[in-house]
Amino acid sequence: MSESLLVLALLAAATARGAAPLVLAALGGLFAERSGIVDIGLEGKMLVSAFAAAATAAVTGSAWVGLAAGIASAVLVGLVHGFACITHHGNQVVSGMALNITISGLTVVLGYAWFHEGGQTPLLGPGARFAPIQLPGTSALGQVPGLGLIYREVLSGHNVLVYIAAVAVPVVAWIVYRTRFGLRLRAVGESPGAVDTAGISVSAVRYCALVASGVLCGLSGAYLSIAHNASFIRDMSAGKGYLALAALIFGQWRPLPTLVACLLFAFADVVQARLQGTPLPLVGVVPVQLIQAIPYVLTVLLLAGFVGRAVAPRAIGVPYVKER
Amino acid sequence: MTGLGNNPGVPAAVSGRTRGGWIVPVLLPAINLALALLLSAVVVLLIGESPARALRLLASGAFGNAEAIGYTLYYATNFIFTGLAVAVAFHGGLFNIGAEGQAYIGGLAVALLCLGGGGWPTALVIAAAVVAAAAGGAAWAFVPAWLQAKRGSHVVITTIMFNFIASAIMTHLLVNVLIKPGQQSPETREFAPSTWMPQLHDLARSIGWEVGRSPVNLSLLLALGAGGLVWLYLWHTRWGYALRALGHNETAAIYGGIQPARTVIAAMTISGALAGLMSLNEVMGVQHRLLLNFLGGAGYVGIAVALMGRNHPVGIVIAAVLFGALYQGGSELSFDMPKLTRDMVVVIQGLIILVCGALEHALRAPLDALFSRPAQASAQR
Repeated sequence: MSESLLVLALLAAATARGAAPLVLAALGGLFAERSGIVDIGLEGKMLVSAFAAAATAAVTGSAWVGLAAGIASAVLVGLVHGFACITHHGNQVVSGMALNITISGLTVVLGYAWFHEGGQTPLLGPGARFAPIQLPGTSALGQVPGLGLIYREVLSGHNVLVYIAAVAVPVVAWIVYRTRFGLRLRAVGESPGAVDTAGISVSAVRYCALVASGVLCGLSGAYLSIAHNASFIRDMSAGKGYLALAALIFGQWRPLPTLVACLLFAFADVVQARLQGTPLPLVGVVPVQLIQAIPYVLTVLLLAGFVGRAVAPRAIGVPYVKER
Repeated sequence: MTGLGNNPGVPAAVSGRTRGGWIVPVLLPAINLALALLLSAVVVLLIGESPARALRLLASGAFGNAEAIGYTLYYATNFIFTGLAVAVAFHGGLFNIGAEGQAYIGGLAVALLCLGGGGWPTALVIAAAVVAAAAGGAAWAFVPAWLQAKRGSHVVITTIMFNFIASAIMTHLLVNVLIKPGQQSPETREFAPSTWMPQLHDLARSIGWEVGRSPVNLSLLLALGAGGLVWLYLWHTRWGYALRALGHNETAAIYGGIQPARTVIAAMTISGALAGLMSLNEVMGVQHRLLLNFLGGAGYVGIAVALMGRNHPVGIVIAAVLFGALYQGGSELSFDMPKLTRDMVVVIQGLIILVCGALEHALRAPLDALFSRPAQASAQR
């Protein structure tokens, strides 16, 4: 009994760790897409932040300076995206794709040239990365049967970015639904003309949204390289940005459902890692690769309206051209 | 329509005809390329190498001798196919990011054919492989196209998802099913030599012309033929007209009696077929077996090639040769400048997409203004 409870607790903890970068990136995408800007660049922003964070942490020896560098780099990339799409009415998908491709090359080129380790950054020491945090009272409460186990194994012992991701969900929900900026953000994504008529700058709101997206993607990328792992490796984001985008669509561009989607996708990943080669009742051994494809298949089915319906912000993808 | 808005995909590159004649098709791509190379030069400087020397090494690596040119054309073959694939979709206002997945599935079809058709005459294998590659790619593009046309899910997101699904399926097949027994690396056994795509240097020798050995093969001619067919389809058939009309103005096209669902599905299927054909060059022409990730990102290069070639087959062939030169020259470059890895080419590719695609309005408006002013002045006189 307690054996299987422990397995469940470990699965839950692994799910939380796997979901954290997805949640952060998806919430970033939420800001951008709710303002009407398609954010395929989540992948690139995660990757650039992972690189900048690991490189800076390796040089300075401080995880926090690394995190700041990661966030700054992702915001910068977001601003380039804004320059192309908001200022110059460029195609948002093309711009996002361009940035993703540029960054996938640039991180390796710079990493190779600066650190001479085949595109990797040096392995980070203990101070240069975010270590697991034991929540207060873990040793005392951990002895309590049942709940103590959940507290010790599931809630405690993650790094600070996992907790930031957990806090980010209600905070983002509050910003989007309960603040003046959130109202403007949603309005700009649905009907930019109306917002413009009210005397609010559409461009300014959209640029703010891209900065917010950059900050969250920066946290997400830094999680990969200086919290979950201890160095940057090439193509480290490995499609997680696209997975976050899928989770955002799956969550219908709303914070809480997006969190659920991220947890679901992360859980599928944890299960496939655990199931490798283990036969299941009825179906036998399920190839891990096919389990990995589940999130993508689910997203396609959702978009096609076979499971629920995903309704995007109305003005998404359309550059706003002010009438002269 | 749900997804990313009504018609976000049409870059102005599609509606290329404006005043000035040669400015948009010739001068603009040249300025775009120069700007992208200039940005790349900044990266090279950051690394501490000389951009001028890098460019010289790159050019001689790509065109220095017959063998180098052969390699350049071999890479270009891939990019012609994927560039055409992306361009056909662009003309209908669709953005096909899924060329990667479509080529992957096309490769699967070709590999199954070559593994099974060992005893067939080569001409028959080639004909069947063309059909198989096109069918595989077309099938993988048909589903997102159908979903967009009938269910309103946006083709950009679904093709991205389909790339990942294709990759998962192929990894599963290569690791668990098609793998050659008794070996570690996930790849099929080598095809029988009778199913290999003839090499151009062999063909040249048979007519008494000696050229250096290189992997460029018959697929190059097939790619050029495909370019011709795409040109006919887009500008000399009613289906091509319907597609371009839809890409320019969906409302007007529907008013004119064009059925958007049917047109979208046809265009995406053709686009997928073209992407699938790319596998002829890699799987049948060079590798002679099915490998994991044999594409090397060619599907994404297709985006850059289509944008740079302004979605016209002639432009695409030129842009494909340019990218072929970047890939071939880039690998030569990394021998001479160990600090510059081949990934530098990926950076240039991304910058070209940024400058040609995303920032096209930024460059085009001033150019238009610059060249139209004298014309207006003379008209007033």
